[in-house]
Amino acid sequence: MAADFNWAVGGEAGDGIDSTGKIFAQALSRAGRHVFTSKDFASRIRGGYTAYKVRTSVDKVQSVVDRLDVLIALTPRTIEENLDELHEGSVIIYDGERTTMQDVEIPEEMIGLDVPLKSLAEEAGGAIMRNVVALGAACEVAEFPIENLDSALEKRFKDKGQKLVDNNKEAARAGQSYVADEYDHEFDYSLETTDEDYVLLNGDEAIGMGAIAAGCRFYAGYPITPATDVMTYLTGRIERYGGHVVQAEDELSAINMALGAARGGARAMTATSGPGIDLMTETFGLIATSETPLVICNVMRSGPSTGMPTKQEQGDLNQMLYGGHGEVPRFVLAPTTISECFWKTVEAFNLAEKYQLPVYLTADLSMAVTEQTFSPETFDMDEVEIDRGKVVDETAIDDHMSESGGFQPHEITDDGVSPRAFPGTADGAHMSTGLEHDEQGRRTEDTEMRVEQVDKRNRKVETAREREDWSPREFGDEDADTLVITWGSNEGALAEAVEFLDEDGLDVRVLSVPYIFPRPDLAEDVAAAETTVVVECNEQGQFADLVEHDVLERVDRVNKYNGVRFKADELAAEIKSTLEAGVEA
Amino acid sequence: MSSDIRFTDFKSDKQPTWCPGCGDFGTMNGMMKALAETGNDPDNTFVVAGIGCSGKIGTYMHSYALHGVHGRALPVGTGVKMARPDIEVMVAGGDGDGYSIGAGHFVHAVRRNVDMTYVVMDNRIYGLTKGQASPTSREDFETSTSPDGPKQPPVNPHALALASGATFIAQSFSSDALRHQEIIQEAIEHDGFGFVNVYSPCVTFNDVDTYDYFRDSLVDLKEADHDPTDREAAKDVILDNEKEHQGVIYKDESSVPYHEQHGVDEDMSVLPDGAPEGATDLVREFY
Repeated sequence: MAADFNWAVGGEAGDGIDSTGKIFAQALSRAGRHVFTSKDFASRIRGGYTAYKVRTSVDKVQSVVDRLDVLIALTPRTIEENLDELHEGSVIIYDGERTTMQDVEIPEEMIGLDVPLKSLAEEAGGAIMRNVVALGAACEVAEFPIENLDSALEKRFKDKGQKLVDNNKEAARAGQSYVADEYDHEFDYSLETTDEDYVLLNGDEAIGMGAIAAGCRFYAGYPITPATDVMTYLTGRIERYGGHVVQAEDELSAINMALGAARGGARAMTATSGPGIDLMTETFGLIATSETPLVICNVMRSGPSTGMPTKQEQGDLNQMLYGGHGEVPRFVLAPTTISECFWKTVEAFNLAEKYQLPVYLTADLSMAVTEQTFSPETFDMDEVEIDRGKVVDETAIDDHMSESGGFQPHEITDDGVSPRAFPGTADGAHMSTGLEHDEQGRRTEDTEMRVEQVDKRNRKVETAREREDWSPREFGDEDADTLVITWGSNEGALAEAVEFLDEDGLDVRVLSVPYIFPRPDLAEDVAAAETTVVVECNEQGQFADLVEHDVLERVDRVNKYNGVRFKADELAAEIKSTLEAGVEA
Repeated sequence: MSSDIRFTDFKSDKQPTWCPGCGDFGTMNGMMKALAETGNDPDNTFVVAGIGCSGKIGTYMHSYALHGVHGRALPVGTGVKMARPDIEVMVAGGDGDGYSIGAGHFVHAVRRNVDMTYVVMDNRIYGLTKGQASPTSREDFETSTSPDGPKQPPVNPHALALASGATFIAQSFSSDALRHQEIIQEAIEHDGFGFVNVYSPCVTFNDVDTYDYFRDSLVDLKEADHDPTDREAAKDVILDNEKEHQGVIYKDESSVPYHEQHGVDEDMSVLPDGAPEGATDLVREFY
């Protein structure tokens, strides 16, 4: 693998760290280099410490590493925060004229480049461009052709006029020349360019783009870190494809609006994070029981409660699997890469409509705010297929009528999936409800119909298990004795970790699981391995619990769910027949 | 569908389980008549109902319908209407659904001015849970959870609506069938959020706000020389705690509904078999 280069810009929130980092990442991507970015940020608008980090190579990069080669430090704290990652020979670019940076101490083994960022920016047309001066300086250090930076600056500022673009280019050159002229030093880096075309996007953007590709026309949401980017991405874009975004008054409203749009026949979605899922859980049972297709995106962050809202965690797995009172069928999808955020979103919409139930699509903070390069063909729109499931029109509706002539949106079927009629379909008028209902959607407490409807809803899950592909992604050494299982966004880090382990002579087989429910049966894989390790970003090992559950011995079960409690004689008979069935088997 | 729709077409085959004499019978009849009278039919109508006695209305009417979660009927109606501007949306609920658990949604639904009708069946009591104070119960109204009365002023839903920028505010009485239907009809025809609070007496748990009480005290704004397009006059009616009114209290004739403000006018249920045309442009933006 070609050498990678690790770069960062850091300062206070409000210093323009994000846009500066993004411009540099874009320049690298446009130069045909792979890029993987990450952010350190706090839940505040100004002050604190924030950084934007870029790892780049001509080969694919899919993780962050604990190393920093070049750091643009706008505050002393930026250096302190990154001491662990900085190494001998690391370059720190700073502005010694800035009051807070005058007495800054650069560790001896590192190279400090004192560049008058602000003064040079002022000469080029405005102090606001000081970060661009620093980018120019970084280009010189990294031996990276500055024309690529020009291209990124054009993309960023072209809407604000050519003059501004030119000023920024001049500011970048001022930084570049300053380093070239003032520091007679050979740096170790030389960032090659290639002819490859790449696009650069983060997980939230991939989810948003996937939603539009999948025909999502309605999005309702309430801003929350780190899911807000899904909403801001869709705003202004989904309208071009006949859709609409509503900022609801809270998450309770957002999910109910999405539910309403879905009942209207639109593909609808909402996105939030853990605290929002808490509120949305109120409506979750209604969505499932009324058999409404809906995609609920949960971009996880560190909990519980407000937790660490700008930090990474995969702690909501159990909440998504089990949240809500009563027993509610649902699917839970967890894309394992940024490109899969796109494709799993498309899949989530198809699954939701084919099986008429809520689908959780879960990403996490690290994936949401991380940008990565991909070849544009990764997102080939011609590959997107839309399957709306059993939607019936005026002509087909006659086959799904009750004896009294009412449409049956909850018809008992072999595969559990019933016909669906959108409002406006003649003779399709029907009730959808969170109450237990008969085939027509009318409230019932009939013990037999209750059981038939519960079984029908669960049968959809069994049907999906059989019809769909729930396989994990596999890599590493397929014959290794050690099996490593992970889910969600850890795949990239694990893929690179396998290479490190390989260097140490350790072979591992990896299964990266994007489907939490239904999920692949991993019992045989676990049995075949000498050791199984489950990797996840939480304390309790929620997915590990599921793997353990799946390999446990099965027990016999006596269940009753028709609304009537157990009766002694009936229970004795049930246990007896269960035992007899067991003996026969 | 044809124009010979009768209001009974909006009736389902389920018999209401409301108490005999419940105001909700009259409220529902008026809604069905108004829907039929305004040229709607069950297949192009969507009724959203909340939870409580009032919430059962979706079951007793025949149309596309959703009987939702307590307090969230308005967001559901909002979603239906945005996805399907071609569908007539009517949201119904009680005073608890609308002004207690769903009060937050009420304010914002009013602000959005989505072109739908909101009918609140206000009986000033929680009936289905057998008689507790509601947000519109009188200060001294004794109930099982407020033996000496709630000792807090009732919510004034009309004031809340006016303060939130409502474009249509009305009050009707379920027992005055003709006026009730007329008012609901006007709300349906209004371009925007048509809000009608309906006095819909609970004959079992509320012995104060009875049919007789409303019959004796209601002042009909139609006969009171009230100009509903006059916001100041509307304010005076709304803040007059001494009288009960019926009629259209306020109507903004220059109301621009949400879908016109935001250009949301497509039937979103129609989709191609693949990604929408021009979707590749989205990928190009990430170069």
